[in-house]
Amino acid sequence: MTQTNRIAGGQIDRSQTLRFHFDGLPYSGHPGDTLASALLANGVRLMGRSFKYHRPRGPLSAGSEEPNALVQLRSGARQEPNTRATVAELFDGLTATSQNAWPSLKFDALAINDRFNTFFTAGFYYKTFMWPAAFWEKVYEPIIRRAAGLGALSTLEDPDCYDKGFLHCDLLVIGAGPAGLQAALTAGRSGARVILADEDFRMGGRLNAETFGIGDQTGADWAAATVAELATMPNVRLMARTTILAAMDHGIYSAVERVSDHLPEPLPNKPRQTLWRIYSRKAILTAGATERPIPFENNDRPGILLAGSLRAYANRWGVTVGDRVAVFTNNDDGLRTATDLQAKGVDVVAVIDTRPGGPLLPGIRHLQGAEVIDSAGRLGLQSITIRDAKGRVETIACTALGTTGGWNPNLNIASHHRSKPEWSDTLATFLPGAGGPANLTSAGAAAGLFSTHAALASGDETARAALETLGITAPAQTLPQAEDAPVAITPHWYVKGSARAWVDLQNDVTIKDIKLAHQENFAGVEHLKRYTTLGMATDQGKTGNTIGLAVMAELTGQSIPATGTTTYRPPYTPVSMGALAGRGRGQEFKPKRLTPSHKWAAEQGAIFVEVGYWLRTQWLPRPGETTWRESVDREVLQTRKSVGICDVTTLGKIDIQGTDAGAFLDRVYANTFSTLAVGKCRYGLMLREDGIVFDDGTTARMGPNEYVMTTTTANAVTVFRHLEFCRQCLWPDMDVQLISTTEAWAQYSVAGPNARKLLQKLVDQDISDAAFPYMGAGEITVQGTHARLFRISFSGELAYEIAVPTRYGDALIRALVTAGEEFDAVVYGTEALGVMRIEKGHVAGNELNGQSTALNMGLGKMVSRKKDAIGVALSAREGLTKDDGLRLVGVKPVDHSKAMQAGSHFLKTGAEPTAAHDDGWLTSMIYSPHMGHHIALGYLRNGTNRIGEKMRVVNLLNKTEVEVEIVSPHFIDPEGSRLRA
Amino acid sequence: MIINHPLLGPRDAQEFVYLGDAALMNRPDGLTASLQEMHDYAYLRDNPAGLHRELWYHEQGDRSWLVVTRNTVTHEITAVELARDVARAQGRSK
Amino acid sequence: MLEPLSPLGHAVPEATTIGPFTITERTDTALASLAIRYGRAADVTATAAAAGIPLPKPGRHEIQTLAAFWLAPDMWMIEAPFVPHEDIRAHLLTLFHDAASITEQTDAWVRLDLTAPDLPALMERLCNTDLRAAPVGFATRTVIDHLGCYLIKRSDRDITLYGPRSSAQTLHHALTVAALSLT
Repeated sequence: MTQTNRIAGGQIDRSQTLRFHFDGLPYSGHPGDTLASALLANGVRLMGRSFKYHRPRGPLSAGSEEPNALVQLRSGARQEPNTRATVAELFDGLTATSQNAWPSLKFDALAINDRFNTFFTAGFYYKTFMWPAAFWEKVYEPIIRRAAGLGALSTLEDPDCYDKGFLHCDLLVIGAGPAGLQAALTAGRSGARVILADEDFRMGGRLNAETFGIGDQTGADWAAATVAELATMPNVRLMARTTILAAMDHGIYSAVERVSDHLPEPLPNKPRQTLWRIYSRKAILTAGATERPIPFENNDRPGILLAGSLRAYANRWGVTVGDRVAVFTNNDDGLRTATDLQAKGVDVVAVIDTRPGGPLLPGIRHLQGAEVIDSAGRLGLQSITIRDAKGRVETIACTALGTTGGWNPNLNIASHHRSKPEWSDTLATFLPGAGGPANLTSAGAAAGLFSTHAALASGDETARAALETLGITAPAQTLPQAEDAPVAITPHWYVKGSARAWVDLQNDVTIKDIKLAHQENFAGVEHLKRYTTLGMATDQGKTGNTIGLAVMAELTGQSIPATGTTTYRPPYTPVSMGALAGRGRGQEFKPKRLTPSHKWAAEQGAIFVEVGYWLRTQWLPRPGETTWRESVDREVLQTRKSVGICDVTTLGKIDIQGTDAGAFLDRVYANTFSTLAVGKCRYGLMLREDGIVFDDGTTARMGPNEYVMTTTTANAVTVFRHLEFCRQCLWPDMDVQLISTTEAWAQYSVAGPNARKLLQKLVDQDISDAAFPYMGAGEITVQGTHARLFRISFSGELAYEIAVPTRYGDALIRALVTAGEEFDAVVYGTEALGVMRIEKGHVAGNELNGQSTALNMGLGKMVSRKKDAIGVALSAREGLTKDDGLRLVGVKPVDHSKAMQAGSHFLKTGAEPTAAHDDGWLTSMIYSPHMGHHIALGYLRNGTNRIGEKMRVVNLLNKTEVEVEIVSPHFIDPEGSRLRA
Repeated sequence: MIINHPLLGPRDAQEFVYLGDAALMNRPDGLTASLQEMHDYAYLRDNPAGLHRELWYHEQGDRSWLVVTRNTVTHEITAVELARDVARAQGRSK
Repeated sequence: MLEPLSPLGHAVPEATTIGPFTITERTDTALASLAIRYGRAADVTATAAAAGIPLPKPGRHEIQTLAAFWLAPDMWMIEAPFVPHEDIRAHLLTLFHDAASITEQTDAWVRLDLTAPDLPALMERLCNTDLRAAPVGFATRTVIDHLGCYLIKRSDRDITLYGPRSSAQTLHHALTVAALSLT
């Protein structure tokens, strides 16, 4: 098809032709076109079907406010639904398809909905799909999804990447129309750091869409020259294709830059979009204004546009929407559309002006005091019906109609902190109100200053004033001459007597729907929105909201300001999920922390498990092992029989120094540490202030004023934070200093009867039981490298933890494995670690569950009442010290072939499985290769006194029930003789 | 939000961890306080709509605990102090 | 003898060049934290001054005989050439005795030096630090890809990042990806 509707002029590059497809048909356009302008140039007005009634629709606007012309851009994995054709930049090879139409855009089977419109009125969902609840998922939702859809996701993984970033400026200017350009120019010339962001790919705003000049240039040329000057300033950052989405607190703005959306696909390694977090000291909102239509019967046909958009297509893109054009207006701005189009040689058949008097347009049929009352044309406008001042009705043939009911300042961002817009009777619109983002001022049309002169002047003044508060004086500017026409408008909210007159075109909300909402008492603005869906979805009612409010105001007899607006919320325009996710996808979702043995373990084919950010070895399969249990059982048995090695670097390590270090530990641990001898370590129990166990670990005294605390892997960060709180906020004069050393040391557990023999091969000092007794700690050397040794055990075996500076961690695991060959040493992972601690009856994460006290864990005697420590006082509360409270017990199945499930509840034999009979639950369950059957730990009511009792463990979710015997939690070596060997 | 750190200047609140009411600094001595006093300290907090003195921890910064006076309605921050200085001024020592 | 491995897993640390950006892993720096013990500020200040160890103000990095940057109130990170300061803690203890708490930090961090004509363009994709406005000698803690890092501006075209050692690969990957998106 040829570009039949292309006319002269416009900021497009006619020297290049871009080819594209819409719904499979080939078209052509030029650089500078949007998809909408190119389709209109090709005579295509029909671009989509409406949400509910599937009515034929074309573009209403030429910008981001577009409610109608939503298409699926691209195909395959890059298919992007709900793309506004009015802002989609044309590129060679672009493909787009219409959405919400089946089988085709021109014949849509569900257009039948339109015939049954009386059923689909406001509140339709609520009334129709009320009950039963089970129908929602299976019946109603699929129907709604199919009938009232927008675009479809590709369901394929997005092949592109998205970036995030951070920018800083003295002044952020939001919108690059005349006010924004002048604000940026004034600020840029002052030397201030300026960011000028505009959602359009071409800066200039309305200057690109109008014919009037600035100084001796056209507006568009002035804009281009100003942008060029700004581009030379190193202190100014120009960000086209960048939408400010939200004003956060304290001068932070969120923005999305569409880096590659105008290309067939991003260049290699380049992001499609970048989400910016902009830190601004001051900001100016110069986002311009959005036009609103005047609803009349059947005002939604393709070819009926906003008057300012109709002229934008002509002036900026050299496109007329139709060969015979009419304009429907209540204000002087609408008249510009008629004169501009006529000047371009387009046949302007009539201007229907709702205002009764005033000067007549020369050379154009200008009907004053008239209204458009209906339209015709199945897939696009063919004619309008008008009623003149004398009540005469006439049908006028035309293929395009521009309507304007006035302009609304784009005050969305200015209203983000629950600021309420203020009504202006003179301008018949809302203006930014008080209480918006503290560092933001509006200027230009966004502040209701609609003339070009006023925009330039307010841009300059607002920038100057903002910089003044920062101590920056901007040099005086000579502003160029520009038009300064006043706003001349007589409100005309809708054409009386119309019913199916669309207010919100995207959600198919008509005047009739608003009346129904009022009739059913959903008259408050927030109720009106939810009941009718007015102002929802991708356009958030940018063109319809004010009209809806005005209609409701008329119905309730209230004023428009008394009726009020709904709450403005981010984002300003839709933002892709990809931009919000940034690089945080798949393997890059979160950082990885690798243990010092990782490289070696990966070489061995280890299976890794995520523990927070850490990747730990879960088990290490050997050739021939087909199940994880085989590997884990071997690791456990071989450790208990000979020796096993495990990377325990992930445990948190905190260096605690100072003359009050011991006293400090006495305050943060429930048990005592100031009495610990240098060169020894002790198990410590840390409570929260409410008496619940917070964390546990072993702390060693390395010197008189120097301790090394270990925490659980999970709580390393929170314990450190807590210690800093205690140090800074509770006891600020204690001489104690803290620093994390988790990353500084590679630490391995060496456990089993042959642990000492193995280690002695590597350690330069004597580590015999006499020289290095149970719970000893000290500095040693490993083949000359300084290291630390702790004789502690989690497995219940003779065990040590050996630490070397992390750079030697890889070498040490290899040295340990080599030295262990003669003992058939194994390296074990977190599964075997868990098995052995359960066999030994040690508590871990499942027992340290944020609900349990030391008493519950069987560690009540550790809580010293001779000193003040966090949590000790409240741990003595009656409710936490009951004799029949939960106590840690061991559990084994009566039938040794049975497994159990962690989370199962204890019930007395014969008791009904109800909450009243609940006696506690299993916390941890494993298969014990040492015992030869499954074992478990659990919290059992009055458990200490119930050893030997037979009961049931019941899991109602999985419908399992196992008969068990309550035993001591220490399945192995209860006397601890192995530890001390 | 931006927290104007007394030592480091304006920092993004994303770098901080929030704890709550600065009254958490007024911990009674656990050996001498009654159970009721300890209970009130651990559990009772005001939750004002308006000015609130609260504890923030600069976890991704210098690890200072700060007392931030913030209007919970507008998010306006009117004072930021090092918690250690506040604690000392309130007579806390060892 | 145990053989050391760099945080990125190399026997000998390597440099990567991506367009104008060079990322160099460094293992020739010994690190230790130094914190003033209660009431000992005068002792520490005097000793440091005599030994040529700077104790810079918040947000600053300074170089004298050794170098240092501010970590926290009354706490600094001391930087020294790895040779001959492999045992940096022992060295500092002989100077400060019990006036300061000193903890070895050499292996807690991966040091990555970045060089390019326009580093702010790279760093603005990685962290919220305003590197463009920062003076030479600026030092701060910042977050890169969820990782708490120290950033030191050594010159207009040289910065050092200290990131958590266990996440050296994640940090390096983040830098690489950001650099690629600019080349």
